[in-house]
Amino acid sequence: MVYITRKIEFSASHLYNNPALSPEENRRLFGKCNNPHGHGHNYVLEVTVAGEPDPLTGMVLDLRELKRLLQDEVMERMDHRFLNYEVPELAGKIPTCENIAATIWSLLESKIVRGKLHRVRLYETPDLFVDCYGATNGSARS
Amino acid sequence: MNSPAQNAMNLHLVRRYSFAASHRLHSAQLSDEENWRAYGKCNNPYGHGHNYVVEVAVSGTVNPETGMIANLADLDAFVAREVLEPFDHTYLNEQVDAFRETVPTTENLCIEIFRRLRAFPHAKLERVLIEETGLNTFEFTGETQGSPQ
Repeated sequence: MVYITRKIEFSASHLYNNPALSPEENRRLFGKCNNPHGHGHNYVLEVTVAGEPDPLTGMVLDLRELKRLLQDEVMERMDHRFLNYEVPELAGKIPTCENIAATIWSLLESKIVRGKLHRVRLYETPDLFVDCYGATNGSARS
Repeated sequence: MNSPAQNAMNLHLVRRYSFAASHRLHSAQLSDEENWRAYGKCNNPYGHGHNYVVEVAVSGTVNPETGMIANLADLDAFVAREVLEPFDHTYLNEQVDAFRETVPTTENLCIEIFRRLRAFPHAKLERVLIEETGLNTFEFTGETQGSPQ
């Protein structure tokens, strides 16, 4: 098995707010991330695909296809956007690194036809990132 | 606020921290010559230091109320209390009890930090990775050979 990783960067803004909670609870839970005007990050996304090299081409997949897929599914959707209001897949969710990474996994998984999506790693800052490995086969971990 | 499908995703929240400390690699069970052969410059009796980077990965269910596996403020406070405050700007051999008898190699440092952090109450500790320098990386997931976690 060979693992291939492609990296992209996008910039976006967000805020954390749960409308079911009081303003005080939101501020206590989310701190500065609750600022109603939002704030932004330079997100770095690393997408890893696993597979065996095709005997004819020596490649697991055509990297140009992956590049195009990331352009269409992630860049077009999230780059220079306010994630809370402009990305329908995140509507009604708090756009934490966890939820964005899981959303990106869902957007990409079925569209990767050669090789298999192995990991979505999303950096919110160089010191904070989330790894998503897909569904846990129905057994939620505690 | 989350769909149940997304709660069932296997997610790791990973945070990077750093501290600076000195150590000396020296085993009481070896002679001076053997220590020098085993550890080279790292056996210098005065010790030497590193800027350690510690990467901590935790997993768990995304809390639907917060969208988070664990609140970063909780994780940061726990790591600060258990690791950064007791280790930063110290001589590990003399000032961390675990290394009075055990050689503070970065392998052993990984295991000790894992031991301290596995009690984090809000998520499951998956791994501890340490960059001793930008060129050397050590990683521990709690598993030992022959005995699964």
